[in-house]
Amino acid sequence: MKRSLERHRNIIDFALSSLLRRKGKNVSLLVIYTLIVFLVAAIMFFTHALKREASLILRDAPDMVVQRLVAGRHDPIPIDYGKRIAGIRGVSAVRPRVWGYYYEPVVGANYTMMTSDSQAPGTVTIGSGVARTLRLTEGDFMPFRNYSGVPTLFQVQKVMPYESELVAADLVVMAESDLRELFNFPPDRATDLALTVRNPRELTTIASKIVQLLPDTRPILKSEILRTYDSIFDWRGGMMIVMLSIAVLSFVIFAWDKATGLSAEERKEIGILKSLGWETADVLLLKFWEGTVISLSAFLVGVILAYGHVFFFSASLFEHALKGWAVLYPKFKLVPAIDGGQLAVLFFLTVVPYTVATIIPSWRAATLDPDAAMRS
Amino acid sequence: MRKSTLFIFFTSINIILIIVLMLHSWISLRTIETSLRPCTDVARELQLTDLCLFTEARYTRNPSMADLHAPFQDHPLALEHFPSGSLVTPPRVRSEAP
Repeated sequence: MKRSLERHRNIIDFALSSLLRRKGKNVSLLVIYTLIVFLVAAIMFFTHALKREASLILRDAPDMVVQRLVAGRHDPIPIDYGKRIAGIRGVSAVRPRVWGYYYEPVVGANYTMMTSDSQAPGTVTIGSGVARTLRLTEGDFMPFRNYSGVPTLFQVQKVMPYESELVAADLVVMAESDLRELFNFPPDRATDLALTVRNPRELTTIASKIVQLLPDTRPILKSEILRTYDSIFDWRGGMMIVMLSIAVLSFVIFAWDKATGLSAEERKEIGILKSLGWETADVLLLKFWEGTVISLSAFLVGVILAYGHVFFFSASLFEHALKGWAVLYPKFKLVPAIDGGQLAVLFFLTVVPYTVATIIPSWRAATLDPDAAMRS
Repeated sequence: MRKSTLFIFFTSINIILIIVLMLHSWISLRTIETSLRPCTDVARELQLTDLCLFTEARYTRNPSMADLHAPFQDHPLALEHFPSGSLVTPPRVRSEAP
């Protein structure tokens, strides 16, 4: 056992010396390899954590939201529809939601305007993102232009805590009467209807009944709301596929470079080793350790950097991709959510193919006659 | 010092760090309900349906409430305007009725 360990250590010593002889090439290889692992791991950690948080935060979302469509577009829904929907068996509550968006031309930010029964008229509760962008604190006045362009002032009653930014960074909550007056919102309409259903298994049946009863409506089930975030951060979704493809393609180029053959110098080295009495198995072990030193180091360092970037530095490198042209961007820290399964997938995607790719050409060279290997 | 000793030392430190990070993640997940309470409270009270991730356009701010062909709502040949529109895919069509 001890002898075998000592043999491996000797070969690792030799492999490290061999790698250090081509320092420039191998250090740059290690850096790029680490960056690829970092990118793939960071995307994996970020999307996994965000999906988990979305499912927990939206657990109490309405069982169903009913919108009205006019000419294929979302339109305010008559509150009367709510009474008709409440008559369907299984619907326990219908709550009209009055909400909308407000574009603030001074800073170029979009706010999401919500209403709450607990909000006193003339006051607003704002998300911490809004407070940060406009530099507002509790007690300040916030100006809005109403539907006819007349400025209206609302007093900031409360700024929501920083910890709620993931859902509330851009929120402005006001009394329903204020919102209706600000936007000249018809008193008999709501933006949509939030439904509570007694038995979640009946959701699809109730949705069918609503569409039969009111054909100009579109029911959105809670399962669809939750699935939205799965599909956004699915590996097939939008930019994720672009970023992952770049990383995977770079990795394929690496592996291809390794798999297509060794340099003349490396062949010569193998020839000399064999002429000195090294067995084919020893040469393969040497190449295995050379590949492992590079790939294992890149994997370990890449994973640690990705974890720090996503969970300690709020994924600041991804911020520009997520922010787009938005002025108001939430600043949030994700709750770390990694597990052995994720690390195993990363390991098998990055370390194993590279190590295998280094072994195959070495095996081809190691089985050659030493004389032929040195001459080539 | 032998080069292999240095490599084993470096690898061991990194493996220990990863184990510490996994422990950190495990402990954080045990208290995730408490950490997310400010968000869940607001979401429950205001009956929110979406996370505030992309505020640049209404269909990226509330993707679950958006029209099925949101990017094309300005006119039928409109191209996607917003960078985050490339992240937000259209909602999946429900397979079950209706």
